[in-house]
Amino acid sequence: MGKHNNLKENFIHGLFFLNGLLVVVLLVGIFALLVAKSVPAFKDISIREFLFSASWNPTATFVSPSYGIKSMLVSTLFVSIGALVIAIPIGIGSAAYLSDVADRRTREIVKPVIEILAGIPSVVIGFLGIVLVGPMIARIFHIPNGLNALNGSILLAVMALPTIISMSEDALNSVPKSFEEASLALGATKWQTLISIKIPAALSGIIAASMLGMGRAIGETMTVLMATGCAIAMPKSFLQSVQTMTSTIAIELGEVPYDTTHYYALFGIGLVLFIITFVVNMIADIALHRYQRVIK
Amino acid sequence: MNRLRVITIAVLLMFLCIGLCMAEDKMIQIKGSDTLINVVQKLAEIYMAQKPGANISVTGGGSGTGVAALVNNKCDIANSSRSIKSSEVEQANNKGIDPKRVVVAIDGLSIIVNAANPIDKLTVDQIGKIYRGEVKNWNELGGADSPVSLYGRQSNSGTYDFMKEVVMKGEYSSSLKSMNGNAQIVEAIKQDASGIGYVGVGYVKDATGIKVLNVAVTPGMGYFSPLNEMDVKNGHYPITRPLNQYMNGVPKGMARDFIIFELSKEGQDIVEKEGFFAVPAEYQRYNNDTLGIKGEVGESPVAKYSAQGRDGN
Repeated sequence: MGKHNNLKENFIHGLFFLNGLLVVVLLVGIFALLVAKSVPAFKDISIREFLFSASWNPTATFVSPSYGIKSMLVSTLFVSIGALVIAIPIGIGSAAYLSDVADRRTREIVKPVIEILAGIPSVVIGFLGIVLVGPMIARIFHIPNGLNALNGSILLAVMALPTIISMSEDALNSVPKSFEEASLALGATKWQTLISIKIPAALSGIIAASMLGMGRAIGETMTVLMATGCAIAMPKSFLQSVQTMTSTIAIELGEVPYDTTHYYALFGIGLVLFIITFVVNMIADIALHRYQRVIK
Repeated sequence: MNRLRVITIAVLLMFLCIGLCMAEDKMIQIKGSDTLINVVQKLAEIYMAQKPGANISVTGGGSGTGVAALVNNKCDIANSSRSIKSSEVEQANNKGIDPKRVVVAIDGLSIIVNAANPIDKLTVDQIGKIYRGEVKNWNELGGADSPVSLYGRQSNSGTYDFMKEVVMKGEYSSSLKSMNGNAQIVEAIKQDASGIGYVGVGYVKDATGIKVLNVAVTPGMGYFSPLNEMDVKNGHYPITRPLNQYMNGVPKGMARDFIIFELSKEGQDIVEKEGFFAVPAEYQRYNNDTLGIKGEVGESPVAKYSAQGRDGN
């Protein structure tokens, strides 16, 4: 009997190990594929041109094709940093409200609603960007159309909010009760306790939440494709149409002839995206670890 | 109990497989041009209503996507608002695909502006200058003092290519806003008083809030509207183009039957009802050659279509 149990245990142990390994293999595999498919692009394009030229026109027929991703890189940063600027204050505010102000009943209602928000398909959000946010921006800023970086930022902020709110709330909730009690005992008000004690104590958790939110924003495709207007020119303001890296891949990969410089260059964009999200997620991870150490 | 459940599931799965296999047999995959998608979808609906058992799926994605799918043998018919490129033919041949073309409709590519824009006619040269980014303000063309805001299609669109190769003869300005489809351009132009866009004529027929510009090759040759059937058909309207379907080899079976339906009087009436124009005699002759149909041009293909239907059943 004991032997049988052992066997079963070992089997399950092995199965879970394989599952864990699979994730690592997938990640390394994707990275290897991206590298393998993007390296041939640099036979024809210098890395300098690829990263620092703002002219992207691989299907040019009247001039020679150009493969610079700078304007897309900047567009992606514009849109996702814009999203963070909008989402972080709202996210922390909502998290603080949920963890410290709201009564139990309100919390029971609001939390599932936030989770539902996370489940809205990106294409639906993009649609709202076209029919609702776009015209609104156009009216407020008196510009001819609202398909621009700001529109993308607002929509991505909406999409990043659920992550930021629920993770920040977790972070605030796991600040030890003794911190709060000590502060209140010293005569601080609830507001002072929240601002000067709890939020700083939970800061690395909140940073991790924001970074994960940003990771989502950088990789988001459908929403920005629909709402940002997709103009390849270098963005100079938030009220200009922009085309992010993800949009470019989505638009062009469907029709690009395989094994051409253009095809490899699209994988190159994918690689750059992968590296950016990897770094952002790593920062989130480091912040999270640090925060767990502080709390302990 | 458990066993029963397993058997039930197995049987259901089996039926599912059989169903899928049978569906596979008759399913015609049509993919490509977003300009053609509405009209081909309509044609497919009516055809399927007439022929029980026929199953046609029509999806968009742009002409480039359609042609790429044909080259990779992932669809039966590729809708394309541009001609196939020689590089694409070469790729197709390398994969053992032999692209054949029929023309299913004629489009007068319409240049549209907001209804409030005082401009109501342009030459092909001026349109080129606008889209190449050489004309940046409407006042350079006698309009209001406001910057031109350019709307176009994404690079997987046949219309994008057609504009570039045939009308602009140069590269797009980098401030071009790439829209997902014709309808999105129409919507954007409705709101944007300084916008200009191009869409298939099938998308402007019932649209309000926009103005379809008259276009001339040179001012001396006169300005024509794409909404005027005669001017498009006899080529007076300068940016007239055939809307094509490409197949691998001369189509057989259901695909052939569907294409003959599209080209029949009934099919072409649907094309016109959707706002595009029926195929003129020269292209009818070309289509008949492609399909291997002998007979006089102008002789109604619908007669042949019904005869074939009878034979088939």
